Amino acid sequence: MSESVAVTGIGVIAPNGLGTDEFWTATQKGISGIDRISRYDPSAYPTRLAGEVKDFEGGEHLANRLLPQTDRMTQMALVASDWALADAGLDPATLPEFGMGVVTASASGGFEFAQKELQKLWSKGPGYVSAYQSFAWFYAVNTGQISIRHGMRGPSGVLVTDQAGGLDALGHARRHIRKGTGVVLSDGMDASLSPWGLVSQLTTGRLSPTADPERAYAPFDTSADGYLPGEGGAILVLERESGARERGARIYGTITGYGATFDPRPGSGREPGLRRAIETALADAQVAPADIDVVFADASGVRELDRIEAAALSAVFGPRAVPVTAPKTMTGRLYSGAASLDAATALLAMRDGVVPPTLRVTDQAADCAIDLVRGAAREMPVHHALVVARGHGGFNAALVLRAPDAG
Amino acid sequence: MTARELTIADLTRILRECAGEDEGVDLDGNILDTLFADLGYDSLALLEASSSIEREAGVKLSDDAVSEARTPRLLLAAVNAGIPATASASAA
Repeated sequence: MSESVAVTGIGVIAPNGLGTDEFWTATQKGISGIDRISRYDPSAYPTRLAGEVKDFEGGEHLANRLLPQTDRMTQMALVASDWALADAGLDPATLPEFGMGVVTASASGGFEFAQKELQKLWSKGPGYVSAYQSFAWFYAVNTGQISIRHGMRGPSGVLVTDQAGGLDALGHARRHIRKGTGVVLSDGMDASLSPWGLVSQLTTGRLSPTADPERAYAPFDTSADGYLPGEGGAILVLERESGARERGARIYGTITGYGATFDPRPGSGREPGLRRAIETALADAQVAPADIDVVFADASGVRELDRIEAAALSAVFGPRAVPVTAPKTMTGRLYSGAASLDAATALLAMRDGVVPPTLRVTDQAADCAIDLVRGAAREMPVHHALVVARGHGGFNAALVLRAPDAG
Repeated sequence: MTARELTIADLTRILRECAGEDEGVDLDGNILDTLFADLGYDSLALLEASSSIEREAGVKLSDDAVSEARTPRLLLAAVNAGIPATASASAA
């Protein structure tokens, strides 16, 4: 009998809200954090809008010693992990160190830190490159720094599958708990809105060039011309459900289903892997499509990818048979933080019976036959939620979350 | 060209710039004989500081000299007795 895995703590850093309460209040109201990039002059680049976290300064939350050795994304991950543990009412210092693990997703690593060091390398020479570059930029750094900070020495790792990473990390964290680790901090945080970080993202050709924040990144719309990037994400506290109940913890929900697939080679003519990922997750959760109350979509904003997602959802659920939402239209796509934030949002939607809206879709495409929650939030009970994510390069993942009171 | 003598004030400034300052430590106190480990600086922090020190003091430090200097007094002694950097290295 597999151990049931509960989420007991949430820490959020998002472009439209710092901290879970601020984020959730804004998200329910449909308040967007997307604006012209302010960290550098974006006028020379084809994409000038993004979801920046404007009110976050690592120095306001973290010890001075950590700042020279951490990228912005790691500072965000450390702060969000503090908040998630506090939210869960857990003090890691009182728990066995090998009974706690850390599994995060990472899509790009510490790009801003690395850009600064590369600039020193080519303008001044190798003697000027920070010794901390040895780890501050790399994929596993958030896992490492969270693990060091909280003395979590149990099974740990990092998943690198672009946007699918947020769900892959939760799936992997769930495995660790089922194998006996009591507590795992998990999920993703990215912050790659430096010029180098953004130029790297532009190579996909999937970023929207639209300059109007009221129009850019409109997934499932006939005008969709790509997505906007963002920074931030969420860190969740996962525990054995039995352990969480024993200590009387508040449970946001349980992770009951997870599925991951890989797309066939381009041009093969075979069906993309998204539908199979969803069906795998539903089967794992032992629920029927009709049991799912809401879907948090990947919402690429690229016409072809939107069409593929809508087709997969229609194939599984039937046309327009389940409410679908994309609150990431308020934040941009956060890479490894995207599905993490969606999972957190789905749990909050369950708690409050509110499905937040998708912004900017005024002319939904006919080939995207889904019941999109547009304009304003929809009040409705949410017992089971499905979160869907795709990563550049062919990754698909799906996650089923169950409310604590679901029958 | 003669190398400039590095002082404890220079060293604490460099440490702060390179590796930050531990909240529980008073770097402005008498720290000459305090272990770097007790000041909150690990080997990587000292490695990071050493390249700054080399540039300021105009010396070339061996990895051993850095790793064996376990207190500020020992590190200052190693730096101030150090081998002046060559013209090409100091110009780098």
